[in-house]
Amino acid sequence: MAALIQFADVQRHYGKGEAEVRALDGVDLSIQAGEFVAIMGPSGSGKSTAMNIIGCLDRPSAGKYLFQGVEVQDLDQDRRALLRRHCLGFVFQGFNLLARQSALENVELPLIYKGMAKSDRVARAQAALEKVGLAGRAHHDPSQLSGGQQQRVAIARALASDAMVILADEPTGNLDSQRSHEIMQLLQALNRDGITIVMVTHEEDIAAYAQRLLVFTDGKLSHDQPTPPLTRQGA
Amino acid sequence: MLWETVTLAFITIIRNKLRTFLTVLGVVIGVAAVIAMVTIGQGSSQQVNASVAALGTNVLTARPGTRGFGPPTAGAPAPRFTLKDAEALAVLPQVVYAAPVVSTTQNVVFGNANASTQVYGTSGAYQLVQNWPLSAGRSFDPSEESAGAAVCVLGQSVSTKLFGGSDPLGQSIRVKNVSCLVLGVLVARGAGSFGQDQDDVVLMPVKAVQRRMEGNTDVDSIAVALRKSVSAADGIKAVQQVLRERRRIGLTQSDNFSVSDMKELSNMLGGINAVLTGLLSSVAAVSLLVGGIGIMNIMLVSVTERTREIGIRLAVGASAGQVLLQFLVEAVVLSLLGGAIGIALGLAIAFGGSIFMAIPFAPSAAVVALAFGFSALVGVVFGYFPARRAARLDPIEALRHQ
Repeated sequence: MAALIQFADVQRHYGKGEAEVRALDGVDLSIQAGEFVAIMGPSGSGKSTAMNIIGCLDRPSAGKYLFQGVEVQDLDQDRRALLRRHCLGFVFQGFNLLARQSALENVELPLIYKGMAKSDRVARAQAALEKVGLAGRAHHDPSQLSGGQQQRVAIARALASDAMVILADEPTGNLDSQRSHEIMQLLQALNRDGITIVMVTHEEDIAAYAQRLLVFTDGKLSHDQPTPPLTRQGA
Repeated sequence: MLWETVTLAFITIIRNKLRTFLTVLGVVIGVAAVIAMVTIGQGSSQQVNASVAALGTNVLTARPGTRGFGPPTAGAPAPRFTLKDAEALAVLPQVVYAAPVVSTTQNVVFGNANASTQVYGTSGAYQLVQNWPLSAGRSFDPSEESAGAAVCVLGQSVSTKLFGGSDPLGQSIRVKNVSCLVLGVLVARGAGSFGQDQDDVVLMPVKAVQRRMEGNTDVDSIAVALRKSVSAADGIKAVQQVLRERRRIGLTQSDNFSVSDMKELSNMLGGINAVLTGLLSSVAAVSLLVGGIGIMNIMLVSVTERTREIGIRLAVGASAGQVLLQFLVEAVVLSLLGGAIGIALGLAIAFGGSIFMAIPFAPSAAVVALAFGFSALVGVVFGYFPARRAARLDPIEALRHQ
C-alpha cells in the first residue's frame, strides 16, 4: 500500500543566486496512514516549510510530493484548495479561529466550502464539538473561551470536515503545561480512532506523545526514529 | 454556497453599522440625485404635455414682434394688433374662433381681501379657444362685450383668494379702479407649462380693459382655434397672409409678428426640459461614481484588516474563487443597499418636489430598475479590484499576518 504522505527529494528554495535560501534541501520521507508523527528541529531547519508543503499551502521547488500515491506537487491553487478542503485539517499555534463567530460557526466553516446544507452542517459541527468536550460552549465566541478551549474548537474544525490528516503546527505553543497535556491526550485519542497526525513542536515532552520523531537540520531530515519508549507519553 | 456568502456579507455589514452607513452614503446620494432629477423631469414634461393638450392641438397664437416667446427684440417695437385684426381672422374659412387678448396685471379687491392677478381682456370666444368651461354662473354676452361692460369671470384661485368658500356670483369686486360684477367662475386648471398658476386669472370684456385700464385700443395677442380638418401649417399660412395684408407688409419684407402653434411651444418646453434633466442627471451620476470609489476604498481597507480571516478560510479549503466571490458579494450588497436607500430617498425628494412645484409625481419603474442595476454594476466594478487582491493572498503569509 502506498504511503499516505511521501516526499521524494523535495527541495524548497527562496530567492535567487547569492541570496538563495535552501529551506528544504532534498528531503525523502514517507508517513503511513494512522501514524502520529512529531517533527522537531531548530528554527530555520525547514520543519515549518515541510509542514506547509504537506498541508498544500506551499509547493516544492523541485522533487515530488505524493499524497495517497498521487503526485500533487504541480497542482494549481484551486486543486490544492480542494485537497485541503477534503483531506486535511489544520491546528495552529495561534488557534486561528474567526473572531466574532461562535465556536459552532467556526467548526462549520470548512463544511460551508464543502457545500453542505445548513442543517447537516450544524449537526456535524455539534458532534465534532461534543467529541472535543465543548458541547456546552457551541455558542460562545472565541474571546469567551480559554486558550485550551479555543484549541479544542480548532481541532473540532478539523474533525468536522472529516480530515484524514491533522496538521498541527506547535499546537501547544500558547498553552500552559496542563492544557498542553490535555490537548495532546485529545490528539492521541483521535489518532487511535485512525486519524493521521503530523505535528511540529520544539518541546520534547510534547513530541513524546507521538510514535515517531522526525528531526530536521539545515533543510535536511537528520533523524527519523520511533520516539523512545521510555519517554513515550500516554502509551 | 452563494447564499452563505450573501448571508455572511449581510452579517459583516450589520456588524459595522457606522462604517456601512458612511460607505454607502456616496451611492445613496448619487442614486437619490439621479432618481429625483429624472422623476421630476418626467413629471414636468408630463405637465407640459398635459397643459398643451388641454389647450387643444389646433390652437394658434399670433403675437406682434418676430419672436414667439421671450422679451421683445431691440429696435422699434412692432405695431400692436387691433380688435379688427381678430375679427378679420375670425371670418377665415380655416378658423373656428379667434379671440383678442389684452393682458395686464392688476390688483383686485373684495372687502378686506385683495390679490394681484392677471387680467385678460378678451371675448367670449377665448373660453372656446382655450376649451375652458365655467364651473358656475355665465360668461359675458355679446352686448356686454360690445359695450365694454364692467363685468368679469374669475379663475378658481382668484375666487378662493377673494371669497374663500362663499359664493362670488353677483358680488362686485374692484379691479384697478373699476367695480366689476362677477358673472361666473371658471373650472380649475392647475399649473401651466412654466409652472405658473393658470387659475390666477380674471377674464373681462376686451373693451372694458382697453378703455377703463389701459387707455388704448391695442390687442396684445390673438388666440385662434382652427377647424379640426385644417393642419396647423395651413392654418398658420392663412393667418399670416391675412395679417400681412392688414399690416401692409410688402412682398420683400419679413413679418413683424409671429404665429405659433402649440406643438412649437410643446417642443420648445420639452427640449428645455430634456436638456435640464440630462444635465442635472449627469452631474448626479458623477456623484454615483464617487460613491463607487468610496466603496472600493473601504473594501481595500477591509481586505487588509481581514487578511488573517482570509488565510484561515484558504487553509480550511476555500478556493481563490470563493474568496473573490465573498468580497465581491460584499461590495455588491453594499452598493445595492446604497442603491435601495437612494431610490427611496430620491422618490421621496421627487414626491416632495412635485407637490411643491405642482407637477405630477411620475415615478418610472424603468428608471428605478436602471438605478438599481447601475448600483449593482458600481459594486461589481469597484468591488472587483479589492476582491481580487483578497483572492490572490498567499495563505501562508495571510495566516502569519497580525
